[in-house]
Amino acid sequence: MTAPAPAVAEHPAALALAGRHRVRIWEPLPWLLAIAFYFLFPKYLGFGTDLLVTILFALSLDLVLGYAGIVTLGHAAFFGAGAYTVGMLAKYGIWTEPITGLVIAAAVAAAIGFVSGLILLRTTGLTLLMLTLCTMALLEEAANLGQEYTGGFDGLDSVPIDPVFGIFEFNPLFPNTQYLYVLGVLFLCFIFIRTLVYSPFGQSLTGIRENMLRMHAVGAPVRMRLVLCYTISAAIAGIAGALWAQANAYVNLSALGLDRAATVLIILVLGGCGRLYGAFVGAIAYMALSHFLAKIYPTAWQLGLGLLLVIIALFARNGILGIFQSFLHRLKAKRARSS
Amino acid sequence: MSAPLLETRGLGRNFGALLAVHDINFRLEAGARHALIGPNGAGKTTFINLLSGVLQSSTGQVIFKGDDITEMPEAARVKLGIARTFQINRLFRGLSVLENVYIAVAERTGIAPSKLRPAGTRKNVVDEAMHMLETVKLQDAAGSLVSELPYGRQRLVEIAIALGLRSEVLLLDEPAAGVPSAETHIILDAVAGLPKHIGVLIIEHDMDVVFRFAERITVMVAGSVFTEGTPEQIRADERVRAVYLGQEAHRGAAHG
Repeated sequence: MTAPAPAVAEHPAALALAGRHRVRIWEPLPWLLAIAFYFLFPKYLGFGTDLLVTILFALSLDLVLGYAGIVTLGHAAFFGAGAYTVGMLAKYGIWTEPITGLVIAAAVAAAIGFVSGLILLRTTGLTLLMLTLCTMALLEEAANLGQEYTGGFDGLDSVPIDPVFGIFEFNPLFPNTQYLYVLGVLFLCFIFIRTLVYSPFGQSLTGIRENMLRMHAVGAPVRMRLVLCYTISAAIAGIAGALWAQANAYVNLSALGLDRAATVLIILVLGGCGRLYGAFVGAIAYMALSHFLAKIYPTAWQLGLGLLLVIIALFARNGILGIFQSFLHRLKAKRARSS
Repeated sequence: MSAPLLETRGLGRNFGALLAVHDINFRLEAGARHALIGPNGAGKTTFINLLSGVLQSSTGQVIFKGDDITEMPEAARVKLGIARTFQINRLFRGLSVLENVYIAVAERTGIAPSKLRPAGTRKNVVDEAMHMLETVKLQDAAGSLVSELPYGRQRLVEIAIALGLRSEVLLLDEPAAGVPSAETHIILDAVAGLPKHIGVLIIEHDMDVVFRFAERITVMVAGSVFTEGTPEQIRADERVRAVYLGQEAHRGAAHG
């Protein structure tokens, strides 16, 4: 009665599941654009570097918020942890090699993510939101008070960073090295995140996001998964922070603040949560918009951004990418009906 | 006789001053097809919650194959082999039907923590999930989002997830509620197709389903076991008729 049909694996749904991780034809596009940007806009490489760092930071947030459904308003804690790790190690001449510096920064941020996650992730919803905010505020205050080590309010500047691979110097005036270096690291991190979200682990994270109670009922160690996801995400945010510190050769409190945490959240919501490229689209849209709005209306440019966010939140819960997706869906449905 | 598959001794749970369930001594044998009936508010769902670990008991013990699992959390009980469905759907609504079952099968087979290989290339897991969907006649909907299915078919996803756990104890909390009567046989067929050694406990209000399915029936009233017996004994029991079946007829009249 329940004998399996012979062609189970050929079922369209099974094929779709089996093929969803494959590289789409348009996926090289953002990377080609990033390389083209390097050649076309040599004067804007500083801006470009900043954009790439922001994308990486937003990707790390996407992993916890978009995939695992962990609502956090304190993700800049890990960005800051990474930035200060690299900054302090270099400033005091302990460690100035950039790539291993990233690894150390990731480890420190991951450790903070792990320990705080063990405590925070017992809670959900508003409590969780407030606790993530508190964690970040504690770190921020620590950075502010530990003036001897962190430079306090002024931060640390002229942080010395060794050349990449011992050859390519970081030059603050011509950030060519910074741009390519950050692009390379972003690419590697993206591949890692992409692999992760399409794995069974990533699938289980979406399960937790969709229905945590049911995940308990299928025998999943929910909290362990969440802590692990939070730790991985913290490490990536730490790398983003470290890149930021290395590329700019300074660290200050802005790495840790609510401003940064809220901005990255806005970017992700704008681009689309839980869909990998939302971070790219959101970061570009946010940065371009703030640039233009600031030009048009210098005193209250954030008003325009706020309005856009309200519209997105009301009418396009899945962000800009979500709008595209539903448009494509409708197009496909139309074509299917007419054929 | 050997130890039963699942047993409770003096099991009770109170919510403040309210004794939702008290002093329940219950045995579910291997291979049982056991129904739990009783009027609304009798504590049936609370009892299942205690068995599955959704709730912790206030008094008494839950014993699985001779081991005390009273303190064990829900997920660990699932790993031992106790699976359940919920009276109100608990599904991954934003995911496809296939993904819903995939998640359950991935947890059971232990591949869920793996991070590098794409989920879809685990052919055995995908195949098994598809097979579970065939069992509940949902293969056509495998690619749809759960939230796009009508409620009755969502109930079948609920069953498919539980089947995907391949448990030894299966607790079904009103599996047919909300399923069009023409489709309730799908659920009964799916249960009938389970390996014989699995112990199944079902809460159900539809007496048709109960008498077609059950080989043993426990009647709960006001938080404790009222009586237990074969379907014939229960059907013939005047007291059951009074407290339950009569009320059922009354309910039916009120609904009709």
